Amino acid sequence: MSDLLQIIVSGLSTGSIYALAAVGFTLLWQASQTINFAQGEFVMLPAFFVLAAMGLGAPLWLAIAIALVASLLLLGVAFKELIVEPMLPHGTLPLVIATIALGLLMKESVKEFYSAQGQSFPHVFPPEVIRIFGAAISIGDLLNLALCFLIILALQMFLQRTRTGRSMQATAQNPQVAEILGVDIKRMVMYTFLINAALATVASLLITPVYLAKFSNGETLGLVAFIAAIVGGFNQIRGALVGGLLIGVVDNLAAVYVSAQYRTAVPLILLIVIIMVRPQGIMGTSEGRTV
Amino acid sequence: MFIRTLLAASVAALSLAGPTLADDVLIVDVAELSGAGAAAGGVWHDGVVMGFDDVNAAGGILGRMVDLQSYDSQTDPMNSRAMVQRAIDDGTYVLMGTVYSSSTIVNMLVAQQNGMPQFTGSEAPTITAQGNPYIFRTAFGAQMGLPKIGTYLANDMNISRIAIVWANTEFGRGGYDAFMNVAAEEGMEVVADIPTEQAQVDFAADVTRVISSGAEAVFVYLTEEESARFLISARQQGLSIPMAGDTVLVSQRVIDLAGEAANGAMGHVGLSAAAPIPAIQEFSTRFQARFGYTPDHNAIKGYIGAWTVRYVTELIGDFDREAFAKRMHGLCLDAATYPGVLMDVCWDDTGEISRESFLVEVVDGQQAITRTLAAN
Repeated sequence: MSDLLQIIVSGLSTGSIYALAAVGFTLLWQASQTINFAQGEFVMLPAFFVLAAMGLGAPLWLAIAIALVASLLLLGVAFKELIVEPMLPHGTLPLVIATIALGLLMKESVKEFYSAQGQSFPHVFPPEVIRIFGAAISIGDLLNLALCFLIILALQMFLQRTRTGRSMQATAQNPQVAEILGVDIKRMVMYTFLINAALATVASLLITPVYLAKFSNGETLGLVAFIAAIVGGFNQIRGALVGGLLIGVVDNLAAVYVSAQYRTAVPLILLIVIIMVRPQGIMGTSEGRTV
Repeated sequence: MFIRTLLAASVAALSLAGPTLADDVLIVDVAELSGAGAAAGGVWHDGVVMGFDDVNAAGGILGRMVDLQSYDSQTDPMNSRAMVQRAIDDGTYVLMGTVYSSSTIVNMLVAQQNGMPQFTGSEAPTITAQGNPYIFRTAFGAQMGLPKIGTYLANDMNISRIAIVWANTEFGRGGYDAFMNVAAEEGMEVVADIPTEQAQVDFAADVTRVISSGAEAVFVYLTEEESARFLISARQQGLSIPMAGDTVLVSQRVIDLAGEAANGAMGHVGLSAAAPIPAIQEFSTRFQARFGYTPDHNAIKGYIGAWTVRYVTELIGDFDREAFAKRMHGLCLDAATYPGVLMDVCWDDTGEISRESFLVEVVDGQQAITRTLAAN
């Protein structure tokens, strides 16, 4: 029983970090029909901003602040202005290919400028352990989980309870009508990109102490976040949350109770089952599309 | 007239430029400079670079300077095979690398077919069990090292129930088989048998399995970054039993990556920068000054390999690959006469190595030697 509790808590902790990346996927899709296949690299990169700042002598808190600003500028503003804006008029597919290329560029650039070797990364939360019902639970895991829930809850409240949030939702649902109603849709879309960059930074700070900072981290994270977004529902923030948590827990349970060798296959099997049974995802809603 | 002047100037410039490349001897290091094995291959390569720089500073090999080239295997066995073929086509005298056993087991066949002596940092037992007369280790195979740590766990620590976490790769399978044999011989029951994947990033579930197995100790046989991730997860999940490994788990690279989580890990190491041997400590100081990090066993392997190329070539008196490979078998080099090998070392007829080794424990982020073990 204590083992199960330990497996579930650590799965929820990792899953909540996946959820942050998955929420970014859904936000960009909702706001600008951007499927960002560089999302994994977006999570990989801020950790290197932190390491670079610390390498210049900045303390951890300042390095995190610098990384956040750098991420907002590069992964938010520059991504939207230099890639999404020029590519979007050509349709979704060219943009998808552009984000794949961007992901490769980011990965290879980090490899070139920071080496191909993994780097240690400081823990944001203490890695100490407490005993709950006989299970050894990491304080770091609990704080990861709490922080991610808090961020997603705050995001939901922002989108539903504030004027700016509602304007963002209106932009996502029907940009033409929103513009007629006086919403500055360019600014709303920019906010979405900035939020995605901030979420990626937080996910990076939480996952990298365990994964180590490595140029290839985005491969795993991007795939898992994408699966989580689809499983949960690509058009719902709470769906991305559910998808992320589910993937985290299922992955852990599969590794312990099914087979360590097949653990990576289990989330993919879950994805296939969800697509067959409920194509819109667990929490998603059906959308009509015409050709 | 202009062209004639230009040609004359070019010839004059070339004649002033010192020995031409034709006078150098080409040696190629095929290493894991990117991909999952970069943590091991990068350090090995730095050791090779420093070794051949020292060889050149000491006059080269038979008076010829070494022109060292590096090719990146990208930790991909098929790519490593292609790089080895390219090195042979380019005319390398001997071949350095690779480190990952999964790659070496594939590319060494190409080297063998071309009669190319090859120094490897790999440790899988299968590498020297193929009857390849051109392959030579720079460190123990797992079948030589694991009995030492197995005996220590069973006899000195009185461990009777043990968990094993191992990499499901050529390297890991070799170590796994060797450790299972040792466990059976020493009467240790393996209560959790946990294979993991190359480049695995999340070990939380594996640690939980170890905890729930009731093991008294866990034997960890993973590569560098995976070892560090395991140690970090073990600390996060409150794993309190002894963690033991062979060479990699307690290597400096893993200690640097895992930080405080590495403290308390123990293992058997064939080569250690902390070894109480003045030549190794002097090497370690120079390496640290040059590359900015503490060398681990892979750096020492690469360095020793480089110097061995010089010593053996000078023993045979010619750049003759066939004679080189024959001379290596049954060769012993003592560190007093051949200081570049750092420790007395012998190779047997299969290319397997023999020398002193150490039991170490990680204390305050450093390897601490707890015992020196005699050569096999």
